[in-house]
Amino acid sequence: MFKFLASRLVQMGFLFVVFLSLVWLMLQAMPGDISDTLVGNPSIPLSVRLELRDSLGLNEPLFFQYLTYITNFFRGEMGVSFSRYPQEVSTILWTALPRTLVLFLTATLFAFWLGFKTGKLIAWGRGASSEKGLIVTGIFLQTVFYPWFAILMLWTFGFFLGWFPIGRFIDARLWQNSPYDANELFGQMIITALIAFVVYAVGRYLISRYSNNIVTQGRLAQGLGVLTLGGLVLYWWVNPAREYTWDITHHTMLPVFTLSLVLFGATMLLTRSAMLETLGEDYILTARAKGLPDRVIRDRHAARNAMLPVTTSLVLALAFVIGGGIVTETIFSWPGMGLIFLQAINVSDIPLAVGALSITGVLALFGHLLADVLYAVLDPRIRVA
Amino acid sequence: MSLPPMTVDDKAAQAGGGVHVDGASARELTGGAGLGSTPMWRIRLKLFRRSVATMWSLFRENKMGMFGLGLILSFALMAILHPILMATVWEPAIYDPVSGYDAVMTEYTVVEGEPTDPLSEIALERARLRLNPRIDAGEVVTIPTQPAPPTWTGETPHYLGTDAQGRDILSQLLYSTRAAFFLGAVAAITTVFIATTIGAIAAYFGGWIDGGLMRFADLILLMPLLPVLIVLSAVFEMTMVLLGLMIGVLSGFGGVAIVLKSQALAVTVKSYVDAARVAGGGDWHVIFRHIIPNVLPLSFLFMMFGVAEAIAIESTLSLFGLLNVPMTWGIMINSAQTNGYLLSGTSFWWLLFPAGLAISFLCFGFFLVGRGMDEIINPRLRAR
Repeated sequence: MFKFLASRLVQMGFLFVVFLSLVWLMLQAMPGDISDTLVGNPSIPLSVRLELRDSLGLNEPLFFQYLTYITNFFRGEMGVSFSRYPQEVSTILWTALPRTLVLFLTATLFAFWLGFKTGKLIAWGRGASSEKGLIVTGIFLQTVFYPWFAILMLWTFGFFLGWFPIGRFIDARLWQNSPYDANELFGQMIITALIAFVVYAVGRYLISRYSNNIVTQGRLAQGLGVLTLGGLVLYWWVNPAREYTWDITHHTMLPVFTLSLVLFGATMLLTRSAMLETLGEDYILTARAKGLPDRVIRDRHAARNAMLPVTTSLVLALAFVIGGGIVTETIFSWPGMGLIFLQAINVSDIPLAVGALSITGVLALFGHLLADVLYAVLDPRIRVA
Repeated sequence: MSLPPMTVDDKAAQAGGGVHVDGASARELTGGAGLGSTPMWRIRLKLFRRSVATMWSLFRENKMGMFGLGLILSFALMAILHPILMATVWEPAIYDPVSGYDAVMTEYTVVEGEPTDPLSEIALERARLRLNPRIDAGEVVTIPTQPAPPTWTGETPHYLGTDAQGRDILSQLLYSTRAAFFLGAVAAITTVFIATTIGAIAAYFGGWIDGGLMRFADLILLMPLLPVLIVLSAVFEMTMVLLGLMIGVLSGFGGVAIVLKSQALAVTVKSYVDAARVAGGGDWHVIFRHIIPNVLPLSFLFMMFGVAEAIAIESTLSLFGLLNVPMTWGIMINSAQTNGYLLSGTSFWWLLFPAGLAISFLCFGFFLVGRGMDEIINPRLRAR
């Protein structure tokens, strides 16, 4: 296992350098540079623009620029953003990354949970009248033109019904005189949510360890879920920053809901086909022959094995946060990685764009590694070298 | 009976054949005349037709797959309809999807204060400024309006209304169908061609060729498709062909190649591949005549999903206004956005819904057909 991990890490390092170079070169190939975006500004004469080019090092030979960038990158310096000049790339990305990750993690986990449950049930009760309807809904959600769907959701729930704010991360008027920093508060929210999640996970583990009855287990798990969620809500309810926390949460809800709807369709269909595949295995027949209750066969024997491909796809989906993020974040004006990347591309802000893509690369690399390791952990038949 | 000289192909086919149909012996196929008197290509054709017929009869049982096929065919009909309509009924100056213009005259009632229905009422101040300074509330005026709601009567009916530039929405919708099909076809064929070849070569040769190709696939997989295409659209003048090729290359060298390689690997270890090699078939012969034909069903499956994905990507890119193409469904939504009708919802439904639904339904159709094919290839998914 250790040898496998070590060789994978070396490969990943090499792959990352190639990836970074490719991305950098591709972005350099874009016509024009940051000084060209100032052409239309009459108060900035040509000499100033040339000086700007010079001071940003854009007149250096390409290879020299490349070497500088790569060496600085591996020293932990991602450089300074051209378009948001005094700000460092790492600072910008560090504020944007949690927003994108929270958006995607919440949506993915929610969609995964619901999709897995539904997919399991429709595969088990094959041929039921609800199956067709759910499958068609699932396929439609998976193939619907996502930006258009997001626009419709925004219009329906944000504009027509007025339940949710239209886009953005916070309500600027509310935060104008706020004693809190939005990013800090958001960080605290993430930490408390993580603590609640860990408590829930440990509780789930203990329940499965000390109870053998699948019905009691289900009830206990439900109770635990309600308790942890209630605790989380209560903590922020009595907190003095309640109003501001609610504002952030309120802004998060619609994009998360929209994204999870789309992901739900895909997860449900994938679970269904994985479940159908496992239901044909011999051990299911054995379990039936032993006279085990249906519920045990479904939840313990079939669903756990069907979880394998679904988990892998979940991990891989998380690796493509930026790709998926561009659409969601543009439609909902959510200031995350995808939106920042798109803005950086539009003004040829190369350090910022490369920085954003490099984070995608890291996420994707570790996503692939995690998927492989998870596969080996979940399926004992697969052994890594 | 004189036997024609056997080619390598024939030997390989006798030794196990490239195409396999359940229970079809060579004697049965040639009508009991034996192999010698029938040319090889005729047997091949017969085998091919028989396997297509088997697949078709299986596919026909799949209602959703058939529905998807119906959707695709109706979109194909739309694509064919556009040039015909342009040549016969539609006046190009009015109905051209890009440069057409029609001033649809709409009657407005002049009201005081804010109009409650912006589609039939106009504020008094605005009417005085725009039309006639001596107009009074309660009068009816006719103004050329864009975007105009659907009109079914009159000399130049616009069945789906016009957009903010006075262009016919139906014409745009039909015109874009052709572009979508074209792009989907280019992207999917490129993907499948590259991925199948790469997968078969990697599986057959193994060793460093396999390692190199698969590491390259990993590298491509690292690149998120949409951001990379956004960057590339800044570097190149993106036309439909170029975009199709790029999507095809990026997904063909990436994920699809890995899946097809594992399928090709399962074929490579089959005994008929060994038999073909023993009979003297060269490497390329075995790859192109035995491995690739047996991977092709799965390739076709990915082709269907590939078309759906390519259309969705193209629409997203043109929605952001990053493509250099005259008119697509994405551009229709983009022009609704740039003219400020993005959140107009149902009151200007003809600007957003036809294009969005068209993209969704065409992808839906291809996806359903892909699933139908999946059930043929993967019998466990079939209903009992």
